Amino acid sequence: MTPARGAADPSPLARKRARKRPGPDWLRAYERMLKIRLFEDRVNDLYQRGRMPGLAHLSSGEEAVAVGVCLGLRDDDYITSTHRGHGHCLAKGAAVDRMFAELLGKAAGYCGGKGGSMHIADQERGNLGANAIVGGSMGIATGAALSSKQRGTDQVAVCFFGDGALGQGLLYEVMNMAALWRLPVLYVCENNLYGEYTPGTETIAGEALARPRAFGIPAAEVDGQDVRAVHAATGEAIDRARAGGGPSFLWCNTYRYSGHHVGDVDRAYYRERDEERLWREERDPLALARAWLIGDGLTTPATLDQVHAAVTVEVDAGVAFALEADYPDPSKVDADVYA
Amino acid sequence: MAVEMKRRLLTTSKAVAEGIAQEMERDPAVFVMGEDVGVYGGIFGATEGLLARFGPERIMDTPISETGFIGAATGAALSGMRPIAELMFIDFFGVCMDQIYNHMAKIHYESGGNVRVPVVITTAIGGGYSDGAQHSQTLYGTFAHLPGLKIVVPSTPYDAKGLMIAAIRDDNPVLYMFHKGVMGLGWMTPNPRATGEVPEEPYTVPIGKADIKRPGRDLTVVTVSLMVHRALDAAEELAAEGIEAEVLDLRSIVPLDREAIVESVRRTRRLLVVDEDYRSFGMTGEVITSVVEGAFDYLDAPPARLALPDVPIPYARPLEQYVLPSRERIVAAARDLVAGR
Ligand SMILES: Cc1ncc(C[n+]2csc(CCOP(=O)(O)OP(=O)(O)O)c2C)c(N)n1
Ligand SMILES: [Mg+2]
Repeated sequence: MTPARGAADPSPLARKRARKRPGPDWLRAYERMLKIRLFEDRVNDLYQRGRMPGLAHLSSGEEAVAVGVCLGLRDDDYITSTHRGHGHCLAKGAAVDRMFAELLGKAAGYCGGKGGSMHIADQERGNLGANAIVGGSMGIATGAALSSKQRGTDQVAVCFFGDGALGQGLLYEVMNMAALWRLPVLYVCENNLYGEYTPGTETIAGEALARPRAFGIPAAEVDGQDVRAVHAATGEAIDRARAGGGPSFLWCNTYRYSGHHVGDVDRAYYRERDEERLWREERDPLALARAWLIGDGLTTPATLDQVHAAVTVEVDAGVAFALEADYPDPSKVDADVYA
Repeated sequence: MAVEMKRRLLTTSKAVAEGIAQEMERDPAVFVMGEDVGVYGGIFGATEGLLARFGPERIMDTPISETGFIGAATGAALSGMRPIAELMFIDFFGVCMDQIYNHMAKIHYESGGNVRVPVVITTAIGGGYSDGAQHSQTLYGTFAHLPGLKIVVPSTPYDAKGLMIAAIRDDNPVLYMFHKGVMGLGWMTPNPRATGEVPEEPYTVPIGKADIKRPGRDLTVVTVSLMVHRALDAAEELAAEGIEAEVLDLRSIVPLDREAIVESVRRTRRLLVVDEDYRSFGMTGEVITSVVEGAFDYLDAPPARLALPDVPIPYARPLEQYVLPSRERIVAAARDLVAGR
């Protein structure tokens, strides 16, 4: 394709829209983060009680990245996600009950039970899918951005991936193309310091941010535990993308509280207990948000307690729904191989 | 006085690691590369304990860069080393297939035999534990289709060690595929057949030689890997009904021991192929073709096969169990075959 078509100059409409963007609903952001936390707690609980098959990868601790990014997105914007994707899915607006149903392999789940934790897709909310291949969705997100551009919409695509995915060559192929063609895509790296059981210090050479910059892609380092900081950085990148300014890259420093997957319980041999405690006690995205929401007079403890109660009810109901739901009928096993 | 021989039992994963360790001790050219093969010991235990013994120069944790380190394994092999590269799950072949099949597998031929590529790719295969469509495949048929790669698929701890040593000593690229269910891992469904007697000294099991894991007269069940265990379970049940199934473990798919298959079917006159790979264009078709070519006149019944229907592997437990061959399904298919149904 030709890189020229309307690439450099943002449309007046997009510029106006960017200026008029209303401030975010922070209480809603808090609610979404809490929903992710309580959701993941229940996933772990279901696994420990032998009610959930497979080995889910929890995103507890990383809520502010998913929510901070998705807060600035519209329903018709796209995301692609990873093996650690429950948070992205919920942040984009998925329903708790259908997600639990998918995790339990039930017919009422988002993918009819065929996909499971690592393959949830929610087309209605622009979630093009989780992905069990590290870096596997980088081409997909880039292609969705290409499609927005070709169709002449101002939709953007966000590609979530982990620090470990920096090892995949695909990233450098797509960043090059996205920069050449000024595609409306945002590459969001969740730097939780580990890929499985190996620290990033042993697998990433040089400066991570120098990599996108080498392609001329604006890149920023963000405190991934602060939903405001993530939101602000995302807002800039999204405005630029909608206005035809091309791709951006966010390097979000965050931490996964639990194991690589639910079965990874004894972790002392690859990361310090003190490190885990520090992040949990001092860098918790929910506690931090709670403190400034109340401190800045944006809400009251009583309101946050109400939110907690409401989300708990929603999550409990979701689990109950999923546990009671029917399994898919084996006769459906060969449906959906072809459209 | 007779010396009491001590039986030593190992899980398959420990047998694999021991085979690698003994070759590393014998030959300084052998080294291991892969994701989490060091401190973690390989997520299926194939390199457990090796980092402590051989250090990070020879047990190398890599970035998640399969194209890079599998390509590098080829280069290292061309220039005097004998690398073992672990592709954590066979499903991830997609990100590095060019390095495997356009380079590793073809260079020897392209060079007119000038250069050799002694690489072992170790990789985990198989499903049955709800890991979804990108973590549950076996895919040996996909690789077997491509000339230039040997493909080893052990089912027992004894074979696993001997085949590992043979693979490392082989001058060809060998894809060494271990099923997660045969490794004897604590977090998988317990499998007594994943533990067995393994001699302490190094030994080889020849690549390309099938093994009769249970002799029988009424039908031949040809299979590999975890399905050998299922077939042996089925054979026990069938024996109680008076049906004697012979279980032939191929142990390697390339080279395929067609002679052993034909020899067995000429005796039993009936063939059932059991496969955890996709049905079409795969191992089952190849084995049946060998029998049609080599034992057609001996057959008392059309050959039968059990394999995955041609669908991606579903996550939901009832769907996954529905597509996987099982002891019950093997028993039923064997009964039908013997009854001429
Ligand atoms: C191509 C590929 N290689 C290896 C794996 C196995 N694997 C799954 S998750 C993971 C670590 C990913 O680390 P990172 O990208 O940092 O994400 P995190 O798990 O930390 O969220 C690995 C190696 C895979 N799924 N796909
Ligand atoms: Mg990581």
